[in-house]
Amino acid sequence: MSIDLANQILTGLLTGLVYSLMALGLSVIFGVVRVVNFAHGEMTALAMYAAWALFTWLELDPLVGMPLIALMLFVLGYIMQRGLIDAFVSKPEHIQFILLVAIAIIMVNGSLLTFGPDAHGVQVSYGFDTYEVGPLLVDKVRLLAAAAALGISGLLMLFFRRTMTGKAIRACADNLVGAKVIGLNVKQLYAVTFGIGAACVGAAGALLSLLIDVMPSTGPELTMLAFIIVIVGGLGSMGGALLGGMLIGVSEVLAGYFLMPSMKGMFSFAILILILVLRPQGLMGARK
Amino acid sequence: MSGHSSPMVNRRDFLAAGAAGAAVLGLGDRGLSGRAQAAQPLKIGLLLPLSGGLAREGQSCKRGADVTPGLLADMGMPVQLMIADTETNIDTARTRAEKLIADGAQVLIGAFDSAHTLAVAQVCEQRGVPLVINIAAAPNITEQGFKTVFRNFPTAPKLVSEGLALMKDVFKITGTTPTKAVFLHNNDTFGTAMAGAVNKLFPTLDMPFPLVETIAYDGNARDLAVEVGKAKATGADLVLLVPHGDDCIRVIREMVKQRFEPKAVVSPGSPGMYEVQFYKTLGKYSDYCMTNLPWINPKTAMSQALLKAFSKAYPDALFEMNIGYTFEAILIAADAAKRAGSTDPKAILAALPATNIAEHVMIGGPIVFDAKGQNTNTRSATIQNFGGKPLVVLPSDVAEAKPVFPAPGWQQRG
Amino acid sequence: MSRQAILLGGLAAAFALAPLVAGPYLLSVLVVVMYFAYVGQAWNIMMGFAGQLSLGHTLYVGLGAYTAAALFVHLGVPAALGLFAAVAVAAAVGGIVGALGFRFGVKGVYFALLTIAFAEFTRILFEHIPGLGGPAGLFLPVGSRDSFDLIHLRGHPLMFYYLILAMTAGIFLLCRRLVRSRLGYTWLAVREDQEAAAALGINVFRAKLTAVMLSAGLTALGGVFFAFYYNNLFPNQAFGMNRSIEIILAPIVGGLGTLFGPILGALILTPLGELITAVTEAMGFKAAGIKQLCYGLSLLAIVKFLPDGVWPWLRGRLGLDRGPDGEDES
Repeated sequence: MSIDLANQILTGLLTGLVYSLMALGLSVIFGVVRVVNFAHGEMTALAMYAAWALFTWLELDPLVGMPLIALMLFVLGYIMQRGLIDAFVSKPEHIQFILLVAIAIIMVNGSLLTFGPDAHGVQVSYGFDTYEVGPLLVDKVRLLAAAAALGISGLLMLFFRRTMTGKAIRACADNLVGAKVIGLNVKQLYAVTFGIGAACVGAAGALLSLLIDVMPSTGPELTMLAFIIVIVGGLGSMGGALLGGMLIGVSEVLAGYFLMPSMKGMFSFAILILILVLRPQGLMGARK
Repeated sequence: MSGHSSPMVNRRDFLAAGAAGAAVLGLGDRGLSGRAQAAQPLKIGLLLPLSGGLAREGQSCKRGADVTPGLLADMGMPVQLMIADTETNIDTARTRAEKLIADGAQVLIGAFDSAHTLAVAQVCEQRGVPLVINIAAAPNITEQGFKTVFRNFPTAPKLVSEGLALMKDVFKITGTTPTKAVFLHNNDTFGTAMAGAVNKLFPTLDMPFPLVETIAYDGNARDLAVEVGKAKATGADLVLLVPHGDDCIRVIREMVKQRFEPKAVVSPGSPGMYEVQFYKTLGKYSDYCMTNLPWINPKTAMSQALLKAFSKAYPDALFEMNIGYTFEAILIAADAAKRAGSTDPKAILAALPATNIAEHVMIGGPIVFDAKGQNTNTRSATIQNFGGKPLVVLPSDVAEAKPVFPAPGWQQRG
Repeated sequence: MSRQAILLGGLAAAFALAPLVAGPYLLSVLVVVMYFAYVGQAWNIMMGFAGQLSLGHTLYVGLGAYTAAALFVHLGVPAALGLFAAVAVAAAVGGIVGALGFRFGVKGVYFALLTIAFAEFTRILFEHIPGLGGPAGLFLPVGSRDSFDLIHLRGHPLMFYYLILAMTAGIFLLCRRLVRSRLGYTWLAVREDQEAAAALGINVFRAKLTAVMLSAGLTALGGVFFAFYYNNLFPNQAFGMNRSIEIILAPIVGGLGTLFGPILGALILTPLGELITAVTEAMGFKAAGIKQLCYGLSLLAIVKFLPDGVWPWLRGRLGLDRGPDGEDES
């Protein structure tokens, strides 16, 4: 009995890591540009569709196609920010929200028109394989995806710590006025940041396409998931996004196992409420 | 053959010039002329979810509807279809129903989702326009005392009791009986209705094994690892599954990954395991899954004509229950108009209760309606997947193949 | 009489007389328009007046709907009485959400997320409550449709039409009074500068909580209407996120914080949707999702070019923003 539970927890952990990557993108966007990206899940869904399309037409394994998809999403994110969202950065939140809801509606229905309402998943040849690690069964695809997600997150953290652009972006987040004073091109940096956030989403989407199916309704669900992870983990904290993802992944497993599985979602929202009320900076965020 | 694809297009084009706006405003209730119009095509309004969460099923129904007018014209029953999209949204279902009636629909058919069907039924009851339900399983639709509602589809309890009885037949024929069953169901409208029926009827049906656990899962859940893990932990060797649609793919995939190999996966009556996507994604793992539900009778002349027309128009699509029932609903409406000698809704309403159609396409007795407007002659069949296609294995008189039980394990499949 | 009063009077009269010329389809569309105008106005109280962004507002619609419906189905309580319970439940929950938020300093986006979390939590909860039908839905017995029973809210669609018209007019007048009342000015102060207001001795917590509870209670009445008009309730339709988004579109498009905004917004959005459907069908586009896509594009355009909403721009054009005494009207 406990072997089953252990298996489930491991699965939750691995899947959670991929969600973390998606949430990382949101944390970066929200933490720096301070825009509420309510189209985050929809962008992830677009990446998943792209991965599926490349797999179906070019037989490209999403693990291989991931960099390309990340690049595509980077460009999309950059253009979105530069062309559309930039004008709204200083506007009231509800206006930003409506803007992004409009974008989300366009993305969801554009997907519906292009790909139809059916769910699409990527079924790679090794998609049914599992490794036996002692008494545990580890799903091969989940393991690979989680490893990739972890790797990319690591690269991202290095980017923000070591490169000039990365540091400049962090400067904008920490002290906008100061950043402007020292002559940083904030507009450009914001666009790059959004692009990076979108690239995370692109990579995560490519990985997710191996694990779950995509249909037009997947977008909004992922948006909520991303927000839950980011809030729980702590806004602006990359470690927080990773921690939050794993935590939510595992807690959903536990909720499903001990309660009725259809109530899993309730549990996640309850956690969100508790964090919002008691510790809004999240588990790893800095208290402002 | 299917030249009558959608006569509505011509009418719409005509209206397009400037009347689109007027059409929206619905000014001028296009009323119904009172005189008998026996030779006039019957205007049938179809309400289907063509977009939104139920789009796939709705579009399957539409495919059935598209090929129907041609076949009915050959039988001397001209019909003109006006198809509206409910967008899987109850407000839209209601307003579209009003609009169809305002545009002259003499009979409505729909609406796939029980909630939408009920909303539409109220509109029909109010306006005195008959509603012939092609698909909707909630029992209360025919318990409301409506005079205008006629349902040619089984209720959830009927689906379940017949489904479970059919399973007993499978065990008898193959000589194997499972020891324990676990019931996995999607927690949506249909899934919960079925779960309620299963839990109520199971103890009364004298099944040769216990149902040890019922696990409800959120159909929108991204992955179902926990749910399948729980099912595996019960040690059951029979899985009863009521998915909504695609979620069954996720369930089977998890079962393969977690090496959970029951003797069979059976649905007591639901979509999912016989759909094109299921076969395409799971390949050899989709075989041997069984579904108990009303199905097209492969042996009647009318079904064969329908299959022929359908394969010509949609060679890649699956020929399944939704198509059969949508065809039958239109047939019922046209038949009533023919008997009434008129396309006036009142006349059709008077003729519908006397419906008695002996030859039709679905397995089951003649189409008749009881006092509540329910056809109690529907019958479920068992279909089993073989090589990526569903074949009828029960009832034996219309079977295309013999049932296989227990199913070979995942790893043993070539 | 000010120009604005004339405009409003004219609009009210037009709506009151519409059933004489309009067919049932148009009437059903108008009912949807007014429903969103009503609920949008109720939401507006919280957002436009007290500055609290609620993105899970359908929570109150659902609570109101289910409370009144359950009382009717299980205990035979007529709608006219059930609505009091509905309002009470919603106001209480609104109070909890508000109190939690304000007491713990949950602001801006976080508050919005809090409201979403409550709505989603409740949605999943209601999917598991057996007495309320769960995902299979709660069905209300449909009575005769020829009567005009206001006590039980059973009857002809025309009755519902006039009922929602009365509700929309009523909430409009109520908000008008509120805006000019002491409470209204208190809200204005809190919205503009919370600290300054507190420094002036205003009980900020109480002002905001009042706005939330009032908004929630009024929204619940919309829920009661919804329950008895459609006669069935499903958790994901009553509490779903889509609904929350639908509710806020009209007031934001029409003009946040203005009295006429929600009405104008609803008048634009609902017919716009129907028009897009009619036009795309006439042009031969039967592809699913095209209507919502155009909807999204229209929304984008409105938000980009008229971010304060259509009403402020329109009233400037019509010269309606000066009252008889030259004061600024809303």
